[in-house]
Amino acid sequence: MNGNFTIAILVENNFGVLNRVTSMFRRRRFNIKCLTVSETESAEYSRITIIAEGSKADKKQLIDQLYKLPVVTAIKELSDSVAVTSELLLIKVKNDPETRPLVRDAAEAFGAKTVDYTRESVMMQMTGGTHRVDAFIDLMRDYGIIEICRTGVVSLERGSSTIRKEEM
Amino acid sequence: MKLSGADIIVRTLIEQKCDVVFGYPGGQILNVYDSLYKYQNELRHVLTAHEQGAAHAADGYARATGKVGVVIATSGPGATNLVTGIATAYLDSVPLVAITGNVPNAQLGSDSFQEIDITGITLPITKHNYIVGDVSELADTIREAFRLAMSDRPGPVLIDVPKDVQIAVGDYEPAEPVQPYEKIQAKDIRIEQAASCINSSERPFVYFGGGLVSSGAAEEMLELAELTDAPIGCSLMGISGVPTDHPRFLGMQGMHGHYASSMAMHRADCIIALGVRFNDRVTGDRTKFATGAKIVHIDVDGAELAKTVTPAHALRGDLKKTLTKLLPLIEKKSHPDWQKKVAELRREEAQTLDNRDGMTPRRAIMTLNSHLGENTPVATDVGQHQMWAAQNLNFKRCRRFITSGGLGTMGFGMGGAIGAGIGVGERAVLVTGDGSFGMCLNELATAVSNNIPLVILLMNNGVLGMVRQWQTLFFDKHYSNTILDRKTDFVALAKAFGADGERVETPEELDAALTRAFAFEGTYLVECMIDKDEFVLPMLPPGGSMDDMIVKVGD
Ligand SMILES: Cc1ncc(C[n+]2csc(CCOP(=O)(O)OP(=O)(O)O)c2C)c(N)n1
Ligand SMILES: [Mg+2]
Repeated sequence: MNGNFTIAILVENNFGVLNRVTSMFRRRRFNIKCLTVSETESAEYSRITIIAEGSKADKKQLIDQLYKLPVVTAIKELSDSVAVTSELLLIKVKNDPETRPLVRDAAEAFGAKTVDYTRESVMMQMTGGTHRVDAFIDLMRDYGIIEICRTGVVSLERGSSTIRKEEM
Repeated sequence: MKLSGADIIVRTLIEQKCDVVFGYPGGQILNVYDSLYKYQNELRHVLTAHEQGAAHAADGYARATGKVGVVIATSGPGATNLVTGIATAYLDSVPLVAITGNVPNAQLGSDSFQEIDITGITLPITKHNYIVGDVSELADTIREAFRLAMSDRPGPVLIDVPKDVQIAVGDYEPAEPVQPYEKIQAKDIRIEQAASCINSSERPFVYFGGGLVSSGAAEEMLELAELTDAPIGCSLMGISGVPTDHPRFLGMQGMHGHYASSMAMHRADCIIALGVRFNDRVTGDRTKFATGAKIVHIDVDGAELAKTVTPAHALRGDLKKTLTKLLPLIEKKSHPDWQKKVAELRREEAQTLDNRDGMTPRRAIMTLNSHLGENTPVATDVGQHQMWAAQNLNFKRCRRFITSGGLGTMGFGMGGAIGAGIGVGERAVLVTGDGSFGMCLNELATAVSNNIPLVILLMNNGVLGMVRQWQTLFFDKHYSNTILDRKTDFVALAKAFGADGERVETPEELDAALTRAFAFEGTYLVECMIDKDEFVLPMLPPGGSMDDMIVKVGD
């Protein structure tokens, strides 16, 4: 049974670390659908969030292989029920007087904000879960998408617990 | 105290109880070679003919001693020449530290002369690698590299040292030799579950690999086999892990494994797998592999558990530590029916053994056996000769079979034998083939220059025999590019390098030649003529199941 799973990885914040992690994914043929990286509350660590597709065995293998990389300090699977997951979308659509009200209505419904406005184009920004972002993009197709860029997901556990544990 | 980076490298190696390094100098590692000159009374450097030979020698040294092997090379081509050696060590989990020079930090990334991204190149074939940015990090980086190389599942680590770091002066304080990270023990509950699975089995089988050797858990494994009344088999990497003539030992598993060993594992109801992978060469068709068996798999590398076959009980932990916990929970059993079956398999195997007269491969290795000392390390190259050696060599001590299993590197042999011989401090033996020897014969120069007592048994069949065997069986005898038929006079070649040797055609000649070889001071090559159409049997065809095993030609 294949499905998507979200995994947060705490790594040392050095150059080349992302390369070590992604090189392992490539070499072992893991199917990574989405990957984000950023610094964390501590400058020593970066946090990588990935969404991968595969079976339960694939997930175990991926986590076990990650643990073997000395740059990895913590790993946590973040399921929808225990974590808040979100991504940011920037979307540029045609600015056409005929469709303008429809675009505006949709934007309002999805909580998208206009961040740039010209005679030919409107750029909007929205955040939300992957499905919401997908749905908004889908709607916008009717009005002529010029360009989109999305960050990929970030995910953080609900409550006070963190990715860092005493032991790995 | 204040020292140059180059001195810090050498001092740290000495401090880590490294007594020999293998390598080859060049422009971007010159400073380190100057330090090696300075400290030559404390650290021996063995100059090889080629960096690949140096890497294999460091690897052979590590396999034979259990210590970390060290290899040094210059930047660019020196570093890339290490790659096959590092990959060989990686696939067989051998602790190795490779130190390479590189262009100064300020020049990195500009395609300078002999600049190569060796940390990038070796990323997938090392446990970890470093590029040292500042001399202040140098000593600790080397210590950490040693620690990583020897911890958990051992493996190679590379340290790339830009030239400016070798020149810069930094603080050095001697430290104690590093110890491996604390060994993990599998969870108690898992151990209990595994014990009850083992206790309820009627036909247990113990299957071990290189992990048992690196964990030093042979005694515990034998006790487990004794308690459970189980026969024992091993992977290619496990050979010499227990004495070959141990009454419970059935031999190697795999594509060319021993018949009784493979069949017994196939019939077992419980396979206790210790520090071993279920590689495709062992399982054949995975869906048909040991379908009636529950597998208890113990390995220090969690990623090996359930990677290929699904164990009933997966225990992540150091073998010695975990087995020590497991043993008190195991009930003493005897399984007369199972032992009867095993004895029957042994008898069947005996009937398939090659007892022909003349210079057969098996007879060649058996003849070699009668000359081996208890402590003699035997290295091999890769091909039919490697399998004949693996099947028929007789070992008494652990870590004496030195072979490239995971990568199957032709050309491993000379370096491997030299390193193992130096590590053990005894005459080493190399069993090689005419093809493989062509990939490493330059290291004859190393053996001769360093007065290394070495017996080379070159099984000359005039062909790339292992590939030819596949062409015979699966490619309608289209012998595409496997007939060597070269005009090389190997004995004259050995002599040209300053070694000695002779050529033999009968078992009696071989025996006499080996007597001379083992008495010779230095390197002695015995070229043993083998028919080009000899087979390695039994053979489990790739992707086949036990039922497809070819036991005799013409089957
Ligand atoms: C570096 C390398 N190249 C190619 C191979 C593929 N290969 C495996 S065995 C073999 C033939 C080895 O010939 P030889 O050393 O003469 O041994 P034989 O099988 O004849 O005993 C070859 C080409 C390999 N294992 N390693
Ligand atoms: Mg040959």
